[in-house]
Amino acid sequence: MKMETPLKQVRGLGSAHHGGGDWWAMRLNSVALLLLSVWLVVSLLRLPTVNYDTVSEWLRDPFAAVPLLLLIAVTFWHIKHGLKEIIDDYAHTESGKILWGTLLTLFVYAGGAFAMFCVLKVALRGGLA
Amino acid sequence: MKASSARPLSPHLSIWRWGPHMLVSILHRITGAGLSIVGGLLLLWWLWALADGRDSYDYFTGWMMHWTGLILLVGLTWAFLQHLASGLRHLVMDTGAGFELKTNKFWSVVVSLLPLVLTGALWAYILFVRGYFA
Repeated sequence: MKMETPLKQVRGLGSAHHGGGDWWAMRLNSVALLLLSVWLVVSLLRLPTVNYDTVSEWLRDPFAAVPLLLLIAVTFWHIKHGLKEIIDDYAHTESGKILWGTLLTLFVYAGGAFAMFCVLKVALRGGLA
Repeated sequence: MKASSARPLSPHLSIWRWGPHMLVSILHRITGAGLSIVGGLLLLWWLWALADGRDSYDYFTGWMMHWTGLILLVGLTWAFLQHLASGLRHLVMDTGAGFELKTNKFWSVVVSLLPLVLTGALWAYILFVRGYFA
């Protein structure tokens, strides 16, 4: 006699071999990204120009720099999980998934850290003079 | 999980008749991949140019003001709005709503056309009201 439910037999059979945690995290992340990206577009459109002086001055405001740092974190997380979904669907071998997944991880962590460093450099520039 | 196991693959692109629902689904994936790679790199260039100084920033904006940069920005705007619209459609459908055939088809058409209209409106505003790129 089988002592397992039908759920047990299908768990982990999706292309990512994980449960629903990633799915729910992506929904929360998407809503955060929606709010933050609309904030960025509206903020840039509200600036009188988008030249070097105006944008640098804008980023010295913590109410611009902090949401932009959050946007970077949420964006690169979204890129990581969005592209991972594509890799899981189209990379048909385990070695392919590992290789592309590793490259993706490198790209998002390096890109995210670099982007945050750039924002901080502008935001804190001249503050200690 | 072995790739060579005899598990059936779900039917793919070739056997379906194209419809608006299929279009928005594939557009969501294509725009997502494009935004991740092209949009991600452009975001990094913009922030690096800003951090590096005036010369780098002017070089960046010079490229963006060039017609190739303009096409890239308009394309990314459309991709962003398309991914946002089909993403919102996904969030609604995740609640179990909007699967009825007519409703689904209607919103698929809206979701594939509205981003084009919004992209046009936004860039008309940037070019003609704000006068950038003039």
